[in-house]
Amino acid sequence: MIDLRSLMQPHRIVMMLVFAGIVIWCAMALRWDWLPKYAPLALQGIWTTLWLLVVTVVLGFLLAVPLGLAQAVGPWYLAAPAKAFCTIIRGTPLLLQLWLLYYGLGSLFPQFPWIRSSELWPYLRQAWPYAVLALTLSYAGYEGEVMRGAFKGVAKGQLEAAKSFGMPRLTMFRRIWLPQAIRNVLPTLGGETILQLKATPLVATITVVDIYAVSSRVRSDTFIVYEPLILLAVFYILVAGFIALGFHWLEVKVLGTGNRNRSAG
Amino acid sequence: MTGLLESLGLAQSAELLSLSPPGWGGNLLRGLSHSLQIAFGAYALGLVIGLFGAYGKLYGGKVTRDLLAIYTTVIRAVPELVLILILYYVGSDIINKISAAMGGGRVEVNGVAAGIWVLGVVQGAYATEILRGAIQAVPPGQIEAAKSYGMPAFMTMRRVTIPAMMGFAVPGLANLWLIATKDTALLAVVGFNELTLETRQAASSTRAYFTFFLAAGFLYLMVTLFSGGIFARIEKWARRGQPSLKGGGR
Repeated sequence: MIDLRSLMQPHRIVMMLVFAGIVIWCAMALRWDWLPKYAPLALQGIWTTLWLLVVTVVLGFLLAVPLGLAQAVGPWYLAAPAKAFCTIIRGTPLLLQLWLLYYGLGSLFPQFPWIRSSELWPYLRQAWPYAVLALTLSYAGYEGEVMRGAFKGVAKGQLEAAKSFGMPRLTMFRRIWLPQAIRNVLPTLGGETILQLKATPLVATITVVDIYAVSSRVRSDTFIVYEPLILLAVFYILVAGFIALGFHWLEVKVLGTGNRNRSAG
Repeated sequence: MTGLLESLGLAQSAELLSLSPPGWGGNLLRGLSHSLQIAFGAYALGLVIGLFGAYGKLYGGKVTRDLLAIYTTVIRAVPELVLILILYYVGSDIINKISAAMGGGRVEVNGVAAGIWVLGVVQGAYATEILRGAIQAVPPGQIEAAKSYGMPAFMTMRRVTIPAMMGFAVPGLANLWLIATKDTALLAVVGFNELTLETRQAASSTRAYFTFFLAAGFLYLMVTLFSGGIFARIEKWARRGQPSLKGGGR
C-alpha cells in the first residue's frame, strides 16, 4: 500500500498540485459533450473487455498446467509438441494469430455444409469465439513456459516424502505438486494477467466491441481524438492497478508475505 | 483424391507466394524489411531512453525519479495499441505545429520514422527497468573503486558499469528485442505497411488466408529463432569470465 507519509514530501505535493491542475484543465478545456451519448456503449465495452480477460485467463491457465507438466516431466512425445506450441505462440505476434484464426478459419468453415448445419454455427459466425480462442491459446503459450519452471522448482524432497507416504500419483499432484507450483508462480501470474489485459484491445480488429473499439468509434464518429484515448488509458491503468492489488492481496494471503517491489508489467 | 487435392493446394500456395509479381512473396519480404527497420530503430531508441532513464532513476534528483516512475508505470500499464495511437497523434500534431509555425503546410509523417518514435518510447519504459535492475546488480565496490581512481562519471559508465552489467541485462534485453519485433505487427492497425498489414492485404485480395498468415507466421518465427541464437552468443560473450550460473536458478 502507498505510505501516506511518503506522499507528503514537498516536491510530491507540488507534483500532485500540477497533476490536479492538468486534470482540471482537461475537464474544462477538452470536449466531453460526447460522453452521455456513448456511455451505455462504453459500459458494454468495459463489460466485454473484463469478461474476455477473466474467461481467457482462466481457460488459458487450465491449458497451461498440462503444457507445463508435459514440458517439465512428460515423455518426449508429449514434451516436444508442448515445447513447439509454446515456441510458436511466443514467436509470432498475437495480432497475426488472431487474424489467422478469424479470417482463416472464418473463411474455411462456410465451405463445409455439415458445419453450417451444425448447432455450433450460430457461434462460429460471430467474432468473439475466435477472440476467446486466440487469447486463450496465447495466455496458455506464455504461461505454459512459466508453469514448466514452476513444476521443476518444487523441491524434490516434498514429492519424495509424499511418495514414501504411499500417496497415489494423482493425489500427490493435486495436494502437493500443483499448489506448490502455483505458489511459486503467483507473482509472475499477476504480471502475465496484466499483459493479457493489454492484449485484449486487439480483438477490436476482428469486430468484437470491447472498450477500445468503443473509443475508436467515438473517434471516427466525432473526430475527437485525444479525449476518448485519455479515458481509455485511465481505464486500463485502473484495471491494471486492481489486478496488481488483487494479486498482492492473494500473495499476502497465500504466502504470508507480499513482495512490495514487484514490478507490475 | 485427398492427396491430389493437397498437392494441388500446395502448388497453388507456392504460386501465390512466388517472389515475382503474380505472387505476393515480394510484398511479404518488403513488409518484413519494413518491420525489421522499425524494430531496429525502436530498439535502439528504447535503449538510449532506457540508459538515461536508468541513470535518472538511480542517481537523479527526487523530481526526476518520480517523473521516471510515472513514465515507466503508465507505459507498462496501458496497452501498446492505445499508446501507439496516442503517441502517433501527439507526434504528428507536434510536427504539424512546428511546420505551421515555420510557415510550412501539413507534413506527411514518414511511416518508418513514426513507427520508430512510437515503439521506441514504449520500449524505453521497459528498457529503463531492465537496465536499472542490471546496474543495481553490479557490485557497488567496483563502481566505488573506479570513482576512487578519479574516473569521471561518463568514463566510469563506459569502462565499468556498462561492461559489468551486460551479463545481467542481456536476457531482459533479448526479451525486449522479441517484443519489439512482435509489436511492429500492432502498427498494422494504424495502417503502416509492415509485414502483418502486407499479409492481410495479400490474403484478402487472393482469399488465401491460411497460406499468407502461415507464411507470415513462419517469417516471424524465423526472426525469433535467429535472434534467439544471436542473443545466446551475446550473452555468452557478456558473461565471459564470470562463474557459470548453471544449476542455480533455471
